[in-house]
Amino acid sequence: MPETKTREITFAEAVREALAEEMRRDSRVFILGEDVAEAGTPFKVLSGLVEEFGTKRVVDTPISEAGFTGLAVGAAMTGLRPVVDIMFGDFITLTMDQMANQAAKVHYMSGGKWRVPMVMRTTLGAARRSAAQHSQSLHAWFSHVPGLKVVLPSTPYDAKGLLKTAIRDENPVVFFEDKMMFRMKGPVPAEEYTIPLGVADVKRAGGDITLVATSSMVQVALGAAGLLEEIGVSAEVIDPRTTWPLDEQTLIESVKKTSRAIVIDEGYRRYGVTAEIAAVIAEGAFHYLDAPVKRMGAMHVPIPFSPPLEDVTVPTERSVFEVARGLCNRS
Amino acid sequence: MSIVTGQPKPEGTTKGSADSEKWVRMYRQMLAIRLFEEQVNELYTRALMPGLAHLYVGEEAVAVGVCEALLNDDYITSTHRGHGHCLAKGASPDRMFAELLGKEAGYCKGKGGSMHIADPATGNLGANAIVAGSVGIATGAAFSAKYLGTSQVAVCFFGEGALGQGVLYEELNMAQLWKLPVIYVCENNSYTEYTHYSETTAGEMTARATAFGVQAETVDGQDVRAVHEVAAKLVERARRGDGPAFLLCNTYRHHGHHVGDINREYYRSRQEERTWATERDPIKIISEWLTAHKHADAAQLGEIHAELKSEMQKAVDFAIAAPYPGVDKASEDVYA
Repeated sequence: MPETKTREITFAEAVREALAEEMRRDSRVFILGEDVAEAGTPFKVLSGLVEEFGTKRVVDTPISEAGFTGLAVGAAMTGLRPVVDIMFGDFITLTMDQMANQAAKVHYMSGGKWRVPMVMRTTLGAARRSAAQHSQSLHAWFSHVPGLKVVLPSTPYDAKGLLKTAIRDENPVVFFEDKMMFRMKGPVPAEEYTIPLGVADVKRAGGDITLVATSSMVQVALGAAGLLEEIGVSAEVIDPRTTWPLDEQTLIESVKKTSRAIVIDEGYRRYGVTAEIAAVIAEGAFHYLDAPVKRMGAMHVPIPFSPPLEDVTVPTERSVFEVARGLCNRS
Repeated sequence: MSIVTGQPKPEGTTKGSADSEKWVRMYRQMLAIRLFEEQVNELYTRALMPGLAHLYVGEEAVAVGVCEALLNDDYITSTHRGHGHCLAKGASPDRMFAELLGKEAGYCKGKGGSMHIADPATGNLGANAIVAGSVGIATGAAFSAKYLGTSQVAVCFFGEGALGQGVLYEELNMAQLWKLPVIYVCENNSYTEYTHYSETTAGEMTARATAFGVQAETVDGQDVRAVHEVAAKLVERARRGDGPAFLLCNTYRHHGHHVGDINREYYRSRQEERTWATERDPIKIISEWLTAHKHADAAQLGEIHAELKSEMQKAVDFAIAAPYPGVDKASEDVYA
């Protein structure tokens, strides 16, 4: 392997680097959203980009999510590569017609003639004391729509490599970032790299149980795996990294090896990402399973404001550990 | 199609001049749309067409007057009532009919149908079956034109029903803020489906645009010369970089909301329909003007009619004979 320089940078810095590199590489790439320019978004993820690329390519919009998302669809069809910034994942509701009826369907409805190479960056995740309209994890909604791709990075390394690939993709890609993760540091090579969409990553190897975890739940699963190790259970943690395309094979192969699986995702459990992945595992590894596939997701309630209430709505290291221990018959 | 910027010279123009050619060409295009739509109605009545279609009969002067002011690589977006826009922008009837019948030879390989015809070769970004669904796309195309410095213009066609959708106002705001080269063409055909617009629309239609500082014009949508004159002015203005415009065209839908909407007395009178079809018919208006001003004589117009009729019949025959796509095609083109 060639010698590579790897630094520790934050998740936000990794996202910013991916955008800056792609904007330098391709003059068609531009950013569109609320307070993306001088403000650099409320999370400061985009700080500094307008200084380098100017307001032509880092465009502050009115508070019109449907409007600027629709504009991005048209811009993508006609030669540009927009990266739309939707400040909070909860606001995707306002963009639904543009994404589900327009962006996702234009290629198919035109018999493959028009393309929509755009990225929507948005957030997911509770635990910021932001209440019911700034805390949801709604990635399952977009995962349900043919024509869209959905990316859920869980580390700075994945965020950078996946975002660069998303920007180069010829299709509409929705890129969900966990708000709690922006300051998380991790190793990221200084050299250019990309990560393909649709390839899961084994975050921790193990032999007794598979923990499939997405986005914000990857760290939770890794924490639970540490606790399980203390009681002699070896947990494998797999991050699909994209809900569509979905790397079904890696998930199935892991469960064939471990015979037990828990799927953990911060979206609502009911009709959610965990249901789909659990079904994939149940169909693909049925004869290898020693226990039913378990699912853990957000409690089926609007996210409450009060800290003790909010904290019980999402899976934790401890709750994942307890479920895993039960599945492995360890008391 | 060439761009037309000159004012019409109706009086004393001799037959065979550039002006005559232009007006006769527009007459021909309007008649082509009319005959196309009559064939569509026929296909529906004979149960040869899957689904429904929304006919553009009565509104031909709008699509033709506007598209005559555009270059081939200018963009349009269209609506569920979109056959006229697609033809006026240069689509060919055989592949249009093929699409309407769900055939592989159609513009969208049969995957779009009547409400989704799209054609990059003529700048047609697609017809859209969500009311106001394409205002974002058209505005985005104008954004691209400005960003890339191409001098292209985008035209967004929609019916007055789209005035009820909030996203239209978001786009008007951004288009004016950023001086984008986009013309919003509102075809007020009087009825949002089965309801008169007066029951759904408060205030003045053009005031919606002028509230954002967007230049707004109102024109008689049955008079192709009037539509074209104003459209050409607004298109040139947009191309110069002077920003978006809103063009309200007052027109009338001769048929029902769709081909199956036969009994319409509960929302409009037969008398009203007769008046629009006889006294206010856009093709009658232009053909009378052409002959009165000696741009063409009745025999010449008759020849055009006969040519187009035969062309449409051939196009329909082509589409009927064309094969359906193989079922394996259902899962193609989901992703690029």
